[in-house]
Amino acid sequence: MPAPKFTLQKPALTPFNVVAGIILAVGLYVTVIRFTQGLAATTNLSDYNPWGIWIGFDLLVGVALAAGGYVTSAACYIFGLKRFHSAVRPAILTGFLGYALVVLALHYDVGRPWRLPYPFIVQSGTTSLLFEVAACVALYLTVLFIEFSPAALEWLGLKRARRIVVRLTLVLTIFGVVLSTLHQSSLGALFLIAPSKLHPLWYSPYIALFFFVSSVVAGLSMVIFESTLAHRYFHDKMDDEHLRQADGVALGFGKAAAWVLAGYFVMKVIGIAQTDAWSYLATGYGAWFLVELLGFILLPCYAFAIGVRDKNLKVIRWTAAWSVLGIVVNRFNVGLIAFNYHLPSSERYFPHWMEIAISLFVVTIGVVAYKFIVTHMPILYSHPDYDAH
Amino acid sequence: MSISRRKFLGWLGAAGAGAAVGRPAQAAGTARFPGHPEAFGVLFDVTRCIGCRKCEEACQKVNGLPAPERPFSDLTVMDRKRRTDSRNYTVVNRYDHVPGARGPLYRKLQCNHCLEPACASACFVAAFHKNSNGSVTYDESVCVGCRYCMIACPFEIPTYEYDKAFTPRVMKCTFCHPRLVEGLLPGCVEICPAEALTFGRRRDLLRIARERFEKFPGRYRDHIYGETEMGGTAWLTISGVPFRELGMREDLGTVAAPELTKGALSVVPIVAGLWPVLLTGIYAISQRRDKIAREESSAAVAAAVAQAQAEAKAKLAEAMAKAEKEKRAAVEKEVKKALEDAAKAKAQEGAAAAAAAEAEKKPS
Repeated sequence: MPAPKFTLQKPALTPFNVVAGIILAVGLYVTVIRFTQGLAATTNLSDYNPWGIWIGFDLLVGVALAAGGYVTSAACYIFGLKRFHSAVRPAILTGFLGYALVVLALHYDVGRPWRLPYPFIVQSGTTSLLFEVAACVALYLTVLFIEFSPAALEWLGLKRARRIVVRLTLVLTIFGVVLSTLHQSSLGALFLIAPSKLHPLWYSPYIALFFFVSSVVAGLSMVIFESTLAHRYFHDKMDDEHLRQADGVALGFGKAAAWVLAGYFVMKVIGIAQTDAWSYLATGYGAWFLVELLGFILLPCYAFAIGVRDKNLKVIRWTAAWSVLGIVVNRFNVGLIAFNYHLPSSERYFPHWMEIAISLFVVTIGVVAYKFIVTHMPILYSHPDYDAH
Repeated sequence: MSISRRKFLGWLGAAGAGAAVGRPAQAAGTARFPGHPEAFGVLFDVTRCIGCRKCEEACQKVNGLPAPERPFSDLTVMDRKRRTDSRNYTVVNRYDHVPGARGPLYRKLQCNHCLEPACASACFVAAFHKNSNGSVTYDESVCVGCRYCMIACPFEIPTYEYDKAFTPRVMKCTFCHPRLVEGLLPGCVEICPAEALTFGRRRDLLRIARERFEKFPGRYRDHIYGETEMGGTAWLTISGVPFRELGMREDLGTVAAPELTKGALSVVPIVAGLWPVLLTGIYAISQRRDKIAREESSAAVAAAVAQAQAEAKAKLAEAMAKAEKEKRAAVEKEVKKALEDAAKAKAQEGAAAAAAAEAEKKPS
């Protein structure tokens, strides 16, 4: 590991620091406007379009892409695939950061963010799927925090606390999978109440299932994708176990992603049959649906399978990035593009630059926090003083 | 068995508390709800509306909404299609050149006050309430501002005060609930000069609508909009032209909003109950698989060690036996050699003695 002196001598004006600094500065500026002048000053939201990219991207995409935590910890601790052990901590970390940032972003989106705990402490609307989402996200963020805490406790040298937390691993993992199943699916089920507004190709009684299954794809792909980036920028932080297992993780997760994508593809086709939406395939929306179905589900499924068969890690890594993009496309389609399809284009939504600035701001906070944590805490390596759990 | 009076009263109290705590949400529940029996409604007759915008004006007055930029008497605002917004609970739109209509037609928009409102079902703080008088009202004191009600409403009625930084509210028609409670008519109904709005009990309004269909053959289409749409609404509309010509959606179906989400909600107990059992089972199986693998491998190692040991022992014994044999052979060889040597020496000795005797014999 590099000596601390080395990091201190690093130039402060690296390209990363400059870009991140600009985004954070702009984000802070927009934050001030948002909380002093309201949503009208910072967003293009309207009475027809109450949800913009702060929901479509920050919530729907954010939660899906943070699925790596439950997928990886379930694989390692429940299914007993110990060869993925070195991937658990990075996945839990990105999951935790992802959910924390989702909650941060919601503070920008809702009208009165200081009331976000109201559904639990003042009055509960238990008939709402949003209540299920809120309850599960709140609980799961807590679970992820506890699951992440051993790394921080090792860093801080709090051995006793760490020992207690590590004992909870299995219970937390199972609870995490239950909560993730519920809220990943109910994010899709949110749209069940609006059959007249979501295009029939995307509106399906199976939409909750689609969201859940695709979250598994998102989790698997994100682990491969993040590990690719981590190898490029934090190679020196990785210990022998991590480096030895990394290729196996990419191969194993790529294989799983190929199978899950195949199942997802079949489900999507059954979904069209179930609502008998075939005729819409010949329309403009149908063409875009086929792009999603063939280009972002079937293609990565095939590419993952080829990559695994040939043990071609390059193909697997590129496919993982493509598959992540596919999840973004799907969530944008459901939340923004195919939603309100019936309205004339003059009434449709396009994000204000300040909305994009806040979304970038939130992602940048995540990247900076990730960078700080992996350079200070035992994430990509096992702490020499502690046994693996 | 006898039950003491105290015990009985205790049970009663518990039952009462249980009933109070577990009271089903009236408007937001998932059971079929045909509407409060005495609930009010309004029948809007498109064939009577003259587009005077008096209802908009009355609504602004009785609800204390901000005054419009252009006066209510300015009918040119109807040149473009409007919708409800945070400053207008109700608007009237004009539809020109509708096939089958002699002149322009007007349609009033406001909250339809669903029997089972989507907004109430969708709200995660239960800020919306379906009252027994038929109105759907909103409680701003709990609203978080997630705007899911606006996503959920099939009639696109709720609006939001996006321009307020600290106290934004969802804004929508209240059916003049405070006035109904006082025994007054809704502002719009009271002022309507053309009697296009008829206030009454919903079940009476359905009857009145059908009477008009019979009384004026050919004037109306045989469809009361709101009778079954989205499970039924308190406000009903009748018209002489298809409702889609007036910007009203005819594809909403007859299923109430809570029905649409009840399947997804019913998954919660299944997942919460089944997953932990299943996952613990999978964990146990994988643990056991590992344990068996460990045991098998250690058994195999032990067997291999035992076999190796036995083999080594056998080899050793063999080597020992061989060594013994060799040793014995060597000893025998040595003995034999010694005996031979002894015999040879003896023979030599004998020969030497004979030679000596021969030599002694010669000189004599």
